Amino acid sequence: MSYSVTEPSRRQKWFAGVLVVLYALITILPLVWIIATSFKTPSDAIAYPPKTFFTPTVEGYVNVFTTRTRLTEEQLQAVGEPQTWYDRLVRKDGLVISGPSRFAERFTNSVIIGFGSTILCIVLGTAAAYAFSRFKVPLKDDLMFFILSTRMMPPIAVAIPIFLMFRSLGLSDTHAGMILLYTAVNLSLSVWLLKGFIDEIPIEYEEAALIDGYTRFQAFYKVVLPQAATGIASTAIFCLIFAWNEYAFAVLLTSGNAQTAPPFIPTIIGVSGQDWPAVAAGATLFLVPVMVFTILLRKHLLRGITFGAVRK
Amino acid sequence: MAEIVLENVTKTFGGTVALDNVSLTIPDGSFVVLLGPTGAGKTTTLRMVSGLDTPDSGEVYIGGRPMKGLSPAERNVAMVFQQYSLYPHLTVRQNLEFPLKSPLLRTPLELIDRTVKEVAEVLQIVHKLDNKATALSGGEMQRVSIGRALVRNPQIFLMDEPLSSLDAKLRADLRIELKRIQAKLGATLLYVTHDQIEAMTMATHVGVLNEGRLVQFGAPREVYEHPVSVYAATRLGQPRINVLPADLFAGAPSGAKSIGLRPEHIVQGEGEEALVRRVEHLGDQTRLHLTLKRHDLVTVTDPHTPLRGGETIRIQPSRPLYFDAAGIRIA
Repeated sequence: MSYSVTEPSRRQKWFAGVLVVLYALITILPLVWIIATSFKTPSDAIAYPPKTFFTPTVEGYVNVFTTRTRLTEEQLQAVGEPQTWYDRLVRKDGLVISGPSRFAERFTNSVIIGFGSTILCIVLGTAAAYAFSRFKVPLKDDLMFFILSTRMMPPIAVAIPIFLMFRSLGLSDTHAGMILLYTAVNLSLSVWLLKGFIDEIPIEYEEAALIDGYTRFQAFYKVVLPQAATGIASTAIFCLIFAWNEYAFAVLLTSGNAQTAPPFIPTIIGVSGQDWPAVAAGATLFLVPVMVFTILLRKHLLRGITFGAVRK
Repeated sequence: MAEIVLENVTKTFGGTVALDNVSLTIPDGSFVVLLGPTGAGKTTTLRMVSGLDTPDSGEVYIGGRPMKGLSPAERNVAMVFQQYSLYPHLTVRQNLEFPLKSPLLRTPLELIDRTVKEVAEVLQIVHKLDNKATALSGGEMQRVSIGRALVRNPQIFLMDEPLSSLDAKLRADLRIELKRIQAKLGATLLYVTHDQIEAMTMATHVGVLNEGRLVQFGAPREVYEHPVSVYAATRLGQPRINVLPADLFAGAPSGAKSIGLRPEHIVQGEGEEALVRRVEHLGDQTRLHLTLKRHDLVTVTDPHTPLRGGETIRIQPSRPLYFDAAGIRIA
């Protein structure tokens, strides 16, 4: 395969730059909107025309973490002066904080289930991909196709059988059940992506390690794994993003114990009127772990996406 | 420090026969060079000995022990790969330390440091020790790859064209160095090359392979002077042996189809008339490209020859080799 690269002209570069900026604006706008809304008051949030400049408040964040009760004047007198800054903040509206909301709990569930299924996917996926890449597996092509075929229909298409299976196996509304489910959905993607990455690592490195006195397993983790780091990182991001954002199964299979953040966040709105800032605050906080994870691994991700595209 | 025996070793890769019933005894402490074109089975032979591949049939013995079922680590061999195969995520130093830190050797740290330093000095890569293995030139990578084998003290060294991408000066240095190390350690060395200077200067034995078969095995001079076939004769000698129809010169034995003349075995003065097409002055020798009855041949002559292209000389063979129709030597 041959290709030529010509230096783009100044005008082409300028045009490409404008396109990238436009695209970035379009994709960032909803994000900015959500983050801005999370710092607005409920009335600012639904103001028309929308307010670009407003006095920021953390009321939304307080609301997302708490439940509040409206009290009568006498009751408020009885409670006494608010003690903390967040007490004062809700007292303006004649409310008192009656306890923590379940947001922190749901968020923790998301972290456990999201990262748990990602780790499991990577461990199983790497092992399977290595075996498919390096060994003579009987019916290799058929097996790889079968693995891919598990993703040919949208996972939610099998929601009802899974619901019934989970009920009879006692997996409904458990962390283990959700980790298992997301791992099952993601594993095919993980095996296929990782096999591609491991195929790119020349087998000669392992052979050198075998000669140098290492066993095959030692060669795998001393020589193959470090070189597969890029592929593992990008696969992990894809797996985490799916598990983190998954909504349909989470609504269907979790309610009390193992509910993740996505089905919980919309319910925030009903606590006291249309509390959009609280919803936006929940969504903003929900974005943070994936963003941090992606930024930490972005060096690998960028290489991962272009991996295999260039013939060395 | 062990004898290697290959006994009727056959290996096929999906229909192509890489090694065809090869039997070979490599004496302890010898330096064996395998010769042959690409696909002759040289690298496959190394892989059979190393344990990276196993024979379909036949057996490999190292130091008298059958190697069936033993992993490369258990065989205690060091190998220099043609593609270098340096670990790209490690530095040069870490690459050189890698075999010493293996569960097989578990070398004490101070000994590792000393060994790595010694080997790096021999290979002139001390200043590159802290570079990433990927930040090296081809020649440097090749030296690190040799170094990774030399830090160990294995029974057997296997080297697959280890000097191929080095410049002439370094290659000459390392030829001597490899030979010295091998003699010092008394190790058995199995070496693949295309370079006949390496074969002639370093080998105690030369094995000529052709399409997976071992054609000839013996001392380099013996293979050079008494090749068993046209094929074996063309493996050694630079410029190559001239192979011409046997009837060009008088005196061919019956059944001879072709005559093989080493460039230095052509005597000028008497005999058949040949046209000088080109004169190449190489400094230490001069090559004459001749045409004899529409056949081209090359001979060497006095470096200060006054001959020029277009002139005519008379030549006759000395010490000719005769081959039959199948290319087998008959006289």
